[in-house]
Amino acid sequence: MISVKNVSYTYMKGTPFEKTALENISFDVAESEVLAIAGHTGSGKSTMIQIMAGLINLQSGSVEIDGLSVADKRIRRLVGIVFQYPEQQLFEETVELDIGFAPKNFGLSYIEISARVEEAMRQVGLPNDLKKVSPFELSGGQKRRVAIAGILALKPKYLILDEPTAGLDPLAKENLLKEIFGAVKKSGVTIILVSHNMEDIARFANRVIVLAQGKILFNGTPRELFAQDKILARAGLEPPPINQLLRKLNINEQALTLDEAEKIILKNLNKKACRL
Amino acid sequence: MIRAENLRYVYKSSSGDKVALDDINFSIDDGEFVAIIGTNGSGKSTLAKQFNALLIPTDGKIFIDGLDTSDEKNLWHVREKVGMVFQNPDSEIVAAIVEDDVAFGLENLGIEPDKIRERVDLALDSVNMSDYKKFAPSKLSGGQKQRIAIAGVIAMNTKIIVFDEPTAMLDPMGRREILSLVKKLHTQGKTIIYITHFMEEATAAQRVFVMEGGRIILDETPREIFTNVKEMRRLGFDAPVAVELAERLRKKFKLPPKILTADELAEALK
Repeated sequence: MISVKNVSYTYMKGTPFEKTALENISFDVAESEVLAIAGHTGSGKSTMIQIMAGLINLQSGSVEIDGLSVADKRIRRLVGIVFQYPEQQLFEETVELDIGFAPKNFGLSYIEISARVEEAMRQVGLPNDLKKVSPFELSGGQKRRVAIAGILALKPKYLILDEPTAGLDPLAKENLLKEIFGAVKKSGVTIILVSHNMEDIARFANRVIVLAQGKILFNGTPRELFAQDKILARAGLEPPPINQLLRKLNINEQALTLDEAEKIILKNLNKKACRL
Repeated sequence: MIRAENLRYVYKSSSGDKVALDDINFSIDDGEFVAIIGTNGSGKSTLAKQFNALLIPTDGKIFIDGLDTSDEKNLWHVREKVGMVFQNPDSEIVAAIVEDDVAFGLENLGIEPDKIRERVDLALDSVNMSDYKKFAPSKLSGGQKQRIAIAGVIAMNTKIIVFDEPTAMLDPMGRREILSLVKKLHTQGKTIIYITHFMEEATAAQRVFVMEGGRIILDETPREIFTNVKEMRRLGFDAPVAVELAERLRKKFKLPPKILTADELAEALK
């Protein structure tokens, strides 16, 4: 479990450029859940995940990961973080070397590394014959898979993904999401998804935290969130298209899928027909 | 007017040639708003770069108001007519102060300082960023930076503006800002070429090109394209939610054909 308690963070403290990024943030992440963190640019999302991964030092409050303080170097083996546009970090000559780079630095044996590389490639849906190919010859979607596999090869218990599908075309995006929330999720990894795409949150997250100006505005299920227009507006977000459409039809219920929306519309239209 | 004739573009490299564009033919009238959609690698960005001669066709021609982009004499005239806005605002911004950045292109043209002042102020005003003219671009949000990049193009006063996925890196608020700005530029008479992965954005255009494997395979109105659910699925695109739901509800209700937006669906179900 990850437990975040009363965390505040200020950039450039004590200078005229002082800027508060987080203010008294507390929440927990349970094992095997998919927690989404939503909020617009500047809401504090990135600061929060960097603190959770131990990349920024705590100023106040506490973050514990499986009972270890986030300042403890051992948490680096528990928490994996995939940044935005992670393919910009690819550098090795072959896909295999790139994915195996971090496990190598952890001092694992050659056999163990190659087993982990193969498993990570399988999880993100990269065919095995790409192993010896240069990552720079791959398509955008494949490059991103290599970058994500590089983190999965560390076998993190907690995986933080910062906008994993930004910039991908709809098909590549759909395939990547299916792999992350299929094979990766099945391997028991707890996923923290940073996103402002409400459709993705509706489909995949068990729970969502909304940040605005460094504070938590909401902590609950996506379904509960989509009914909260005021909170969404304050956070600079909007409900998914399905929920916007239901509202236009004057239906005050929330749907997470098209099937659900269809049922809700039929139910409401039948009610109307009865009254007539 | 923009006219492409049998345009073909090949990326040449030691590991083999790659045909990025093939058999491209179209003409776009002044003041039109054209969206271009297609998967990664379908040739959209390569096509975008043909409009202002960043790339020159390997075969065939593209004409901007009759000017052949492959004729070196025309290069500067073509670029006076066509402005470009790219995906990542961070790689477009060159100056340390917002107004200097907007003035950059004008300074390079050797325009009088008074005139530059006037055009920069006007451009910043039209993107609602006048309050930020003395700011450092690095202090701005993604949407604000992209507005600065657009102001730079507006200041150049080109009649055609090509946008290559300008909202891909922005949050929902930033996306809304940019799309409404693009619509405004269109109503002011600019010709807009708008590349996007977001189908909702493409529905704002008058005409949509769908690209696949380096070719334009469809050239129709957004309504024709997005209500063709089967073809959208084949291409790997999601049809807009209103289109999908209308198709499902059609099994139980009589609905008019080709419903595209949520408002239209709500109206039909009333």
